[in-house]
Amino acid sequence: MWDYTDKVMEHFMNPRNVGFIEDADGVGEVGSLACGDALTLTFKLDKGEKIVDVKFKTFGCASAVASSSVLTEIVKGMTLDEAEKVTNQDIAERLGGLPEQKMHCSVMGQEALEAAIANYRGKNGTAAVKVGNIVCTCFGVTDVEIKKVIHENDLTTVEQVTNYCKAGGGCGGCVGQIEKIIEEIQGAKAETKHAPPKTKPAKLTNIQKIQLIQQTINEQIRPALKADGGDIDLIDVEGNKVIVAFRGMCAQCKMAEVTMKDVVEARLKEFVSDDLFVEEQKDSVKPHTHREDNS
Amino acid sequence: MTTIYMDNNATTKVADEVIEEMMPYFGELYGNPSSMHTFGGQVGKKIVQARQRVASLIGCQPEEIIFTSCGTESDNTAIRGALSLSGGKRKIVTTRVEHPAVIGTCRKLENEGYMLVEIGVDKNGNLDMDELRDSIDDNTAIVSIMHANNETGVIFPIHEIAEFVKSKGVMFHTDAVQAVGKIPINLAESAIDLLSISGHKLHAPKGVGVLYARKGTRISPFMLGGHQESGKRAGTENVPGIIALGKACQLAGDNMDEENTRVKNLRDRLEKAILTACPDSFVNGNTDNRLPNTSNISFEYIEGEAILLMMNKFGICASSGSACTSGSLEPSHVLRAMGVPFTAAHGSIRFSLSRYNTEQEVDFVAEKMPPVVNRLRQLSPFVKS
Repeated sequence: MWDYTDKVMEHFMNPRNVGFIEDADGVGEVGSLACGDALTLTFKLDKGEKIVDVKFKTFGCASAVASSSVLTEIVKGMTLDEAEKVTNQDIAERLGGLPEQKMHCSVMGQEALEAAIANYRGKNGTAAVKVGNIVCTCFGVTDVEIKKVIHENDLTTVEQVTNYCKAGGGCGGCVGQIEKIIEEIQGAKAETKHAPPKTKPAKLTNIQKIQLIQQTINEQIRPALKADGGDIDLIDVEGNKVIVAFRGMCAQCKMAEVTMKDVVEARLKEFVSDDLFVEEQKDSVKPHTHREDNS
Repeated sequence: MTTIYMDNNATTKVADEVIEEMMPYFGELYGNPSSMHTFGGQVGKKIVQARQRVASLIGCQPEEIIFTSCGTESDNTAIRGALSLSGGKRKIVTTRVEHPAVIGTCRKLENEGYMLVEIGVDKNGNLDMDELRDSIDDNTAIVSIMHANNETGVIFPIHEIAEFVKSKGVMFHTDAVQAVGKIPINLAESAIDLLSISGHKLHAPKGVGVLYARKGTRISPFMLGGHQESGKRAGTENVPGIIALGKACQLAGDNMDEENTRVKNLRDRLEKAILTACPDSFVNGNTDNRLPNTSNISFEYIEGEAILLMMNKFGICASSGSACTSGSLEPSHVLRAMGVPFTAAHGSIRFSLSRYNTEQEVDFVAEKMPPVVNRLRQLSPFVKS
């Protein structure tokens, strides 16, 4: 059972400012049903851009509800400029702390606030456009979001990043990328102990190369595919051409081509050799009942 | 506040009779069953009795019972033990809905170079039997398929599967941790080679389990050392635990009818009341073929941990397949394998009853659930109020 503070439980059992403001000045929607938590935040401003009313609706666990509730308490009465400076740490502190693995709930609160402010400013033509590339496909987390939680919370490990924004918490396929981002920002402070060796083996014998390819498939690629009910087999290696076959769900997956380049080939280049390229052995696909999967 | 315990697939109350039976062996009767003196020997006799009691519950010979420390140890021993003597066969067949004790072991073995096939289930949690038949070949060393699912209670046709697997000359293991004690099983009339039992799931304490190994089944031991358990599991016996498990098995046999009549009726009463009172809720798993004590209900648009914490305020204990309760970020692998939508998987609650539950408790829970669900739905952005 989670070790929640009395304050978290109190806000969870008696949440403040529940609801949806119909004629809101700003609306922020973050999260989704698939991700397991979602928050809709609406606020109303007075003429001096002060938040006079704010309401939330949250789908999620006790810490998600409590974070949303306490957020509305914090920002009510603030000007937008003040509200903009509210961080996820402010939310967690007001709750007397959150379990490490639940810090993403406070981040969700902060993101909803940002989204609502951006929504308001967008209507007034002053919104900063948030761009980024998806790093964690399981939870749809971008590099911009990951960098932000690392900066603001001084994170140094992948585990922390997962706790704060969920990235890396699904199939784990993006862990290497998250480690790179941590290293970029934190430099020597980064504790990326699982990072792949910086230097690839200089010269491999054919046997060594095949073994390393097989190992990379087993450890880096297969778990990602398994998470979605798929699988992969190494069929052959001819020089720098790696021939693989997709199994299970992957065999008929429309995304298979993307997976091939973005996951399989990228990982093999990263861990074995930049010269490698991957081809799929099409005729090896065996008939397979396609199961419904909502992932 | 009184506790209403409906989380018996997680663990069970240790029966009073079981506590009474084992207590002396924590105290004055501390002898080692392997000793050559009467003081130890009298303990050895109790272990013989416990072995007989377990054997009689599952319809096997006492010498086919190996006492272990838990269900997980039994699963690990069965799978690894069978593989190490498989004569070079490299394939393992299991299902996508196994307990982590089995699936974790199998996936580790896959990383070590074995081939792993995980059979899927349909939306009701029924095994894809065609896929199973197709996946067993000459290279298959072991098939491990659970008897009943811990989350949904869905029962697999384990004897039919065992027959088929045997006809292919392949070893068959079943994790029967949830089934033994709840539904009858007679191994004398089954082709099952290896079967795991966990003590604390049937009103014995934690820290004791059983691996049944059919006479003539070749597995290598997991724990090496002394000659205990006929050399199949070294280590001084967990004497009080083993005696407790023996007693618990005897009680389970005595109460088997009650489990499948009164407890089943209580479960049905609870389920019906909740489904009637809560819109957008449904049962996960084949309702025609599941354990008599288990009901897994999804409440759409709300999240399981929040539901459990609200129930906790009333002293009601249950489980959820939501991501938040597991400490991971993804909901139950069982519900996902069944294709239960995320909207419902995050809001799944498992009620698992036992012979200690009463009608009053069931009615109390049935009365408290609708307000809990409504309250959380009022908070949910996915429900338009």
